[in-house]
Amino acid sequence: MPRPNFDQIITANDLLEGDVVYFTAAATWSRDIQKAEVFSDEAIAQVRLIEAMAQTNIIVGAYLMPIQHTKDGHAPTHFREEFRTKGPSNYAHGKQEQTYV
Amino acid sequence: MYKYNDFDHAFVTSRNAQFREQVNRRISGALSEDEFKPLRLMNGLYLQLHAYMLRVAIPYGTLNSAQMRQLAMIADRWDKGYGHFTTRQNIQFNWPKLQDVPNILDALAEVEMHAIQTSGNTIRNVTADHFAGAAADEIADPRIYAELIRQWSTDHPEFQFLPRKFKVAVTGAKQDRAVIHAHDIGLQIVEQNGKPGMRIIIGGGLGRTPMIGKVIREFVAMDDILPYLESVVSVWNLLGRRDNKYKARIKITIHENGIDEFSRLVDERFALIRPSFQGFDQTLLSEISDAFDAPKFQRFDLSAFDKRYQGDPNFRSWVDTNISAHKQADYAIAAISLKSHGETPGDASSAQMRRIADLAKTYSHDELRISHEQNIVLPHVHKAHLPNIYDALRAIGLATANIGLISDIIACPGMDYCALATARSIPIAQDIATHFDALKLEHEIGPLKIKISGCINACGHHHVGHIGILGLDRAGVENYQITLGGDGTETPAIGERAGPGFCADEVIPAIERLIHFYMNERLAPSETFLECYRRLGLGPFKSALYETDQSKVRANAA
Repeated sequence: MPRPNFDQIITANDLLEGDVVYFTAAATWSRDIQKAEVFSDEAIAQVRLIEAMAQTNIIVGAYLMPIQHTKDGHAPTHFREEFRTKGPSNYAHGKQEQTYV
Repeated sequence: MYKYNDFDHAFVTSRNAQFREQVNRRISGALSEDEFKPLRLMNGLYLQLHAYMLRVAIPYGTLNSAQMRQLAMIADRWDKGYGHFTTRQNIQFNWPKLQDVPNILDALAEVEMHAIQTSGNTIRNVTADHFAGAAADEIADPRIYAELIRQWSTDHPEFQFLPRKFKVAVTGAKQDRAVIHAHDIGLQIVEQNGKPGMRIIIGGGLGRTPMIGKVIREFVAMDDILPYLESVVSVWNLLGRRDNKYKARIKITIHENGIDEFSRLVDERFALIRPSFQGFDQTLLSEISDAFDAPKFQRFDLSAFDKRYQGDPNFRSWVDTNISAHKQADYAIAAISLKSHGETPGDASSAQMRRIADLAKTYSHDELRISHEQNIVLPHVHKAHLPNIYDALRAIGLATANIGLISDIIACPGMDYCALATARSIPIAQDIATHFDALKLEHEIGPLKIKISGCINACGHHHVGHIGILGLDRAGVENYQITLGGDGTETPAIGERAGPGFCADEVIPAIERLIHFYMNERLAPSETFLECYRRLGLGPFKSALYETDQSKVRANAA
């Protein structure tokens, strides 16, 4: 079976807070995964990743991650990224404390 | 306890000032992340999944009440009101902000603490038996030597860029509570002809290539200890592989070169450097030794303790389970379980930390210990005070009588926090503890160590768990592999892999099958899980573990 062709978004950690952020179409960073710019084209994604990685005074460790489209918007495909959208499972800390979930 | 001298204060203060400037330069853009990362790691600062994490050293697991109170203050002021005690006797704060970290380090320095060498390819925080200075079976207090090694290894110019991290553990007792066989160097204080010295074990370690350490010397005299350790680390520093980080640890160096060749090189090095140790280390040792004098023990009437012990089954259960023998008659070592059923192993809230600090101050000669099993120890408690301690702990939810039992689980932070993890550990630990508590079985099961790691780096020591659980990512799903028969004590063993892994909701039934099998097979309730495993071997336990799945296979085939 051919590998499914996922759309992608760019994520990183904020330099000062350390929390999870997503790269938007305006070349800014949002705490909300729904504000992330979605790439269907790998070539465009790679160009945007270079732009994102250049913002070294705002974020740390930008990378592309695959997403799937659900009725609630786009969502991660891997459990690690799903945890990054929420926070830890033992306390209601991190993003789940805010309104991003 | 050891008190910082002027040199220690000046060193920590200058390191903190340096790091403050490094943080400023990172924020201003003068330092890139590639430049900053090794600097922050040298100061214990990681970037994890959801936030930064600061790992603070608790040298040989010893804290006083003022230090514990300061940790609580830091948790409230700059974190989320709790701390996580780790399997290397450190504390981790999971939510600091980058700009606050220099202030946190300054607050730590106020109570003679720091985060130096809690990360990076250096000699890490030296760990010790958490019953040090109190255990009935101890030859000498290992913390004296652990402190000497800490001073020698901190900022040692030769050992700041080692092939990989390097971990040292020390015990002064025959019974190994410090997992010395799973450290790069494990030291055991022994006596020969009435003189104290050390038995030296090297090349142990867990991680992706678990190995039990090998004895390189049965006895090294105390005045040769530092030059001998320096020789070992020196030889490895040159010989250790830097081409592949997975082959860089000393266990691989010894495996590839053989213990005999390694030992020969150490002897050569020792002959060369021994003359440069002209006795300063021994002067230092005697100064340090004074700092670890035993407290002035007192006498109290035991009748209230006896009455409560006879009359209150909950108190009796706590005493029977959480109290260990002290070298002083009428004293006890009281373990405070940070494994309340359903809570996160190793976590304590700031309120709990403060109350524990009060108890240490009032009842334990101002001393606390953090164990590698992620519990807290009041090392010097008069039995007469145990009822007061128990009542105080019960009021803050920390009187769980489960030390050494199935719910006293070691669990690394796993994928709830750690950027390296491949699966979560904490929810598995919570579920196992809650499940067996509900069945009210744990005291009947008896001594059992379950250890859970969320990746092959094995921070949760799963290889030396009687039942070890390793969380992996199998095709995008959390999967848990079970090992059996591991042992981290003086009869060390690496657990054997039982077979294919289980998904998260299959783990509890799998553990339950193992426990039922053990309880049916044991010769008597006094035969522990580990003893039973050693008698029967992997085969029968494996059949019990996979019984359900095999019946499914048969059902499907039919």
